[in-house]
Amino acid sequence: MTLWTNDIFQVLVNHQVRQVAYVPDAGHTHLINRCGQYGEMVSVPLTTEEEGIALLAGAWLGGDRGVLLMQSSGVGNCLNMFSLTRTCRMPLLMLVTMRGEWGEFNPWQVPMGQNTEKLLKAADILTFHVDESNRLGETTEAAARMVFEGPAAAAVLISQRILGTKTFME
Amino acid sequence: MDLDRSNHYSLRRREVVKMLLDQRDSGMLIVAGLGAPTWDVTAAGDEPLNFPLWGAMGGAVSLGLGLAIAQPTRRILVITGDGEMLMGLGSLATVSIQSPSNLAIFVLDNERYGETGMQATHTAGNVDLAAVARATGFSECHNIADKKRLRSLLPQIQNGEGPLFFNVKVRAEILPLVLPPKDGAFLKDRFRVALFGSDPVR
Repeated sequence: MTLWTNDIFQVLVNHQVRQVAYVPDAGHTHLINRCGQYGEMVSVPLTTEEEGIALLAGAWLGGDRGVLLMQSSGVGNCLNMFSLTRTCRMPLLMLVTMRGEWGEFNPWQVPMGQNTEKLLKAADILTFHVDESNRLGETTEAAARMVFEGPAAAAVLISQRILGTKTFME
Repeated sequence: MDLDRSNHYSLRRREVVKMLLDQRDSGMLIVAGLGAPTWDVTAAGDEPLNFPLWGAMGGAVSLGLGLAIAQPTRRILVITGDGEMLMGLGSLATVSIQSPSNLAIFVLDNERYGETGMQATHTAGNVDLAAVARATGFSECHNIADKKRLRSLLPQIQNGEGPLFFNVKVRAEILPLVLPPKDGAFLKDRFRVALFGSDPVR
């Protein structure tokens, strides 16, 4: 687990990402902690994910690069706010930990998990679904390049196969 | 809900925004919330360092926060409406956690959804936005209902240590539209060129 989060963290450092916005997820814990301890980044915990879309638009207006970390359920919360990203052609990098797709114990996660990629595509956002942990670093690098050299909006979807299925016992 | 109350408020939104922006420091960055606040800010003068929103309802404060973190030496003034603010109440809690000293939020509260037919918002009831901001941890929250109070608070809005929250009760009125450019990519590039020079992508 820590290996791939280190790979992603290094990509964020290399791309000079400064504002790290997130709604916590178990799968993002290590990355959130790494970013929080790194002096060149500002961590911004959100009350809901669409705040992050607007926050990172403001960050870019002011010259900061950012990333939004969230769970797949949060993508649904962002949909109208993606209009800001698209209309203004803002760069937007999102790292999404998937729920509701692989051995999910909670059926309430399934509707959003099964539609996350579809909804992102409907919003004209580039998607990169990854289900092997050793591909996460290079995929995040590819996405970050397209985002910051574009600008483009992109989401790396981190499969539940990598994260492991959650149970009530955990 | 009191549908009549805001018909009688003394402060007029265009005049309030003009007072606010006549004092504008050249380094100040303005975010205007969608609808009437965007028209009010534009009526006071369309400037490259304005970011007038035509959508993104509920996002004005969050956008201002990202800007405030990125540009800590400049005053960021978010001018928005009560309906827009109500859609993003959680963003006040998010601002409070970051506590940016350079961010001021200024709500033009006419207790109506102006763009959709002047229907009542929750502030036409008992909802007090300044009290909400105070409860999320803002140390400076003010309700403003008359010109004297507004004038006395102007220096604080311009230069006071943030995060600051001002809720200004303004008359419910339908005014001529004064529209800024509509193309978001243009507004973004114009803003960044004004801040960083000729290469807007860096």
